[in-house]
Amino acid sequence: MWRRCRRLLCGRCPLPRPPPAADSTASLRSGGSRAYAPPGERKRFYQNVSISQGEGGFEINLDHRKLKTPQAKLFTVPSEALAIAVATEWDSQKDTIKFYTMHLTTLCNTALDNPTQRSKMQLIRAAVKFLETDTICYRVEEPPALAELQRNEWDPIVAWAEERYNVAIGSSTSILGPNIPASTKDTFVSHLASYNMWALQGIEYIITQLKSLILSMGVIDRHITVEKAVLLSRLEEEYQIQRWGNVEWAHDYDLCELRARAAAGTLFVHLCSESSTVKHKLLQD
Amino acid sequence: MAALGTPLRTFRGLLRELRHANGRASRPYRDTPAYQHIVAAFRANRVTSEKLCRAQQELHFQAATYLCLLRSVRQHEALHQEYHGRGERSPEEVAGLVGFRLPQQPGGKG
Repeated sequence: MWRRCRRLLCGRCPLPRPPPAADSTASLRSGGSRAYAPPGERKRFYQNVSISQGEGGFEINLDHRKLKTPQAKLFTVPSEALAIAVATEWDSQKDTIKFYTMHLTTLCNTALDNPTQRSKMQLIRAAVKFLETDTICYRVEEPPALAELQRNEWDPIVAWAEERYNVAIGSSTSILGPNIPASTKDTFVSHLASYNMWALQGIEYIITQLKSLILSMGVIDRHITVEKAVLLSRLEEEYQIQRWGNVEWAHDYDLCELRARAAAGTLFVHLCSESSTVKHKLLQD
Repeated sequence: MAALGTPLRTFRGLLRELRHANGRASRPYRDTPAYQHIVAAFRANRVTSEKLCRAQQELHFQAATYLCLLRSVRQHEALHQEYHGRGERSPEEVAGLVGFRLPQQPGGKG
């Protein structure tokens, strides 16, 4: 009996329904008009992805429907380049929509919805708290090759951060980690406070992925590239891979995923916190 | 900035990645807004009188980051499809791994 009811709901609904908004949650509602996709995967239901400018910013249109966040808010981004990148993500889906590849969309949704409802100060404090457990401040003592590798690779970055922000960080081999003075934390808090809310979400995301505040600041200040930051974050893994061999379905898989997430976070932060102007200078000959 | 490469290399890599990222190919990848935006951005910042142009470096870093994103997403997806894409084995396959066969029960279980 309920199978007949489902067929009624699927194709021809007797009650008037509002036109379905293209929300980005993976829910299978009217399954009668499209073929079966396993739960968790949605088929690509749109042909064209385009961008339009609204009052709040730039919006994404899937065919003629506007993209919405999981909490059904309208998806608006402040920057055109970010909107183009998100549109490219949606456009690059082939038959099924793979949400786990759409990192920029996820970041924008998080920034728009703020599902954990954290204030700016909470985000900053969570980010600076990571300094106490920063990856590149924790050193090993043995094997000596790894200890030396950590010294050669991580020390320059720590030195750069200390010089750039005029703080004292240091590194330690003890289990408790380095002793970060309060002035260092205050410096970072005031530095991070200069970013807007969206950029802070991105920064916190990068820190969580790279497991290091210093590496994240390095990549945001354009001191190191994303690939290098990921390499430094995974230094011990790379050392073990060189020693024992590479397992493609685990190591490369994790490497690509970490690179994708870190790159998405970095791009998100840069596009949310910049304002680009083009100054045309006349060529004088 | 360590090992960023030349802008030309980044540019060509970006175009190649955009070509791969063209999903359903409803229009050629040259018509996509991403392609046009990147080409316009690179063209606008090409000529500069200063030797160390900050905007140029910023744009190059952004382009390199975007290239890293596109490339690693594509590689990650390819690895996923190859190694993790097949999902779980069915009960018949699991039984077949140890040489058993599931019984035929036309009346349903139990």
